[in-house]
Amino acid sequence: MAFEIIESCVNCWACEPLCPNKAIYEAKPHFLIDPDKCNECAGDFEESQCVSICPIEGAILNELGEPLNPPGSLTGIPPAKFAELVARQQAA
Amino acid sequence: MELPVLNNVAPDAGGCSAGSCGSTDDQMGHLPEHIRQKVFNHPCYSEEAHHYFARMHVAVAPACNIQCHYCNRKYDCANESRPGVVSELHHPVQAVKKVLAVAATIPQMTVLGIAGPGDPLANPERTFETFRMLAEQAPDIKLCVSTNGLSLPDHIDELAKHNIDHVTITINCVDPDVGALIYPWIFWKNKRIKGREGAAILIEQQQKGLEMLVARGILVKVNSVMIPGVNDQHLAEVSRIVKSKGAFLHNVMPLISEAEHGTFYGMSGQRGPTNEELQKLQDECSGDMNMMRHCRQCRADAVGLLGEDRGDEFTMDKIEAMDINYPEAMKMRAEVHAAINEELESKRSIREAKVQLVSIEGINPKPETRPVLMAIATKGGGVINEHFGHASEFLIYEASSSGVRFIGHRKTVAYCEGGDTCGDGESALDKSLKTLAGCEVVLCSKIGFEPWGPLEAAGIQPNGEHAMEPIEDAILAVYEEMRTAGKLDARPAEQQKVA
Repeated sequence: MAFEIIESCVNCWACEPLCPNKAIYEAKPHFLIDPDKCNECAGDFEESQCVSICPIEGAILNELGEPLNPPGSLTGIPPAKFAELVARQQAA
Repeated sequence: MELPVLNNVAPDAGGCSAGSCGSTDDQMGHLPEHIRQKVFNHPCYSEEAHHYFARMHVAVAPACNIQCHYCNRKYDCANESRPGVVSELHHPVQAVKKVLAVAATIPQMTVLGIAGPGDPLANPERTFETFRMLAEQAPDIKLCVSTNGLSLPDHIDELAKHNIDHVTITINCVDPDVGALIYPWIFWKNKRIKGREGAAILIEQQQKGLEMLVARGILVKVNSVMIPGVNDQHLAEVSRIVKSKGAFLHNVMPLISEAEHGTFYGMSGQRGPTNEELQKLQDECSGDMNMMRHCRQCRADAVGLLGEDRGDEFTMDKIEAMDINYPEAMKMRAEVHAAINEELESKRSIREAKVQLVSIEGINPKPETRPVLMAIATKGGGVINEHFGHASEFLIYEASSSGVRFIGHRKTVAYCEGGDTCGDGESALDKSLKTLAGCEVVLCSKIGFEPWGPLEAAGIQPNGEHAMEPIEDAILAVYEEMRTAGKLDARPAEQQKVA
């Protein structure tokens, strides 16, 4: 039972001090979670702390590889609209 | 006839209030002396000081505990000039090294702020470690911090300890229903709280923090982002409330919103205010409050004079190569500051002498004439010294029968200077014409033949006759010419409205 941080992480440090198990550490190119230490905050907090403060949708995944903050859930920006912008910026 | 130079007095506020006349330092002329002493060399608080003193931000605070709809947390952008973006993050030790290098290289640098790219108080260890080291190593630098206020009440003691005498709180609303339209979530007591409930907590913490700072004698400036249709009708009330609680300055800034920025507002087509809307709201608030009108909405890692960014000269690899002897630099800095203060002081006494003259001549006031907006191209120093075509911004002043007052600045280039991907195909002149909407005169040191016709056609008279003259003097002279020519009797030409 452990979460995973993926490449969309912006290295903002918000999650690192909150982790009750010190499972999160600074790494290049982005922060990582030590799967041996992460227990998803079970027994410590009602909500997983990294997931609750992370501002980036899709940056933290559960064991099944599913985003814990799915697209649109934090910013309110409709996912389709965001995909359009990314495509436009990549084309430019 | 000489007219006084007015400060932050709303046109309908009954003219000059005591102590606010005769000074171009529009944010300060009316402040109590003990506050004026604290902020006179702070470039962000005075249109005049910002031509002489420089500031810098260090990006040590990337974490944030709230989300705002005008912010994209992917803050890493080298090309954009707006709050919340930076090129590289620093650890506190690196940040201190950078500050010492900048202060030794740019002796005019008086102020170090921590402003992000997240919330400084959501990164208390990095923020306060930076302040602690700087207070020890560079006691001649003023320290300030800006915050969304959520965790402010928890850090008041620490702020007071580090000799931070200015704190900026961004307060966009005092009503949770309005807040729910600005803040999608906050992180509070180990939970993410969405919507109105989160906004209500944030508002409560902001107000509590404001009161606690004021009780400690720490100066508080309030920033508000003006979001048309969301909080524009609400900000006059915000202004009244924060003033009644003791904030010394209110800075209403326009929303910066482009789809390319990837923010909720940008992507949902929420527009920023027009120059006229912003000015109107600032005028409405100024009846209650000292308003700030020259904020340049800096990046969270800006370096240099306001409106300029010399960050490229101080990248980490360049700083590592510099050999800084700060105690030596501090001596040189003290000399530079003394010379600037002397110059500012002499300018101040000249202005005061002028005001005395006005009050004697004021026995026979001229009949009331309509106010006129004028745009000024300047590189700084309080004089008209910039070519029309080189100006990246204009200072806007209002001349009226009661005097001259500074209204604000308007940029002529987009906030994003990233090149093709940021442009919208408008020519530079079209942009300038739009920027100058509402102005009847543009004063510059020189202007080419090409823009002359389109400016006149838009009802904006170009004028290069007052090059190198002090701004207020030139405005008063032009206003007098307009009076003599009978141009102040009628409303501005109809085409002006089209511009």
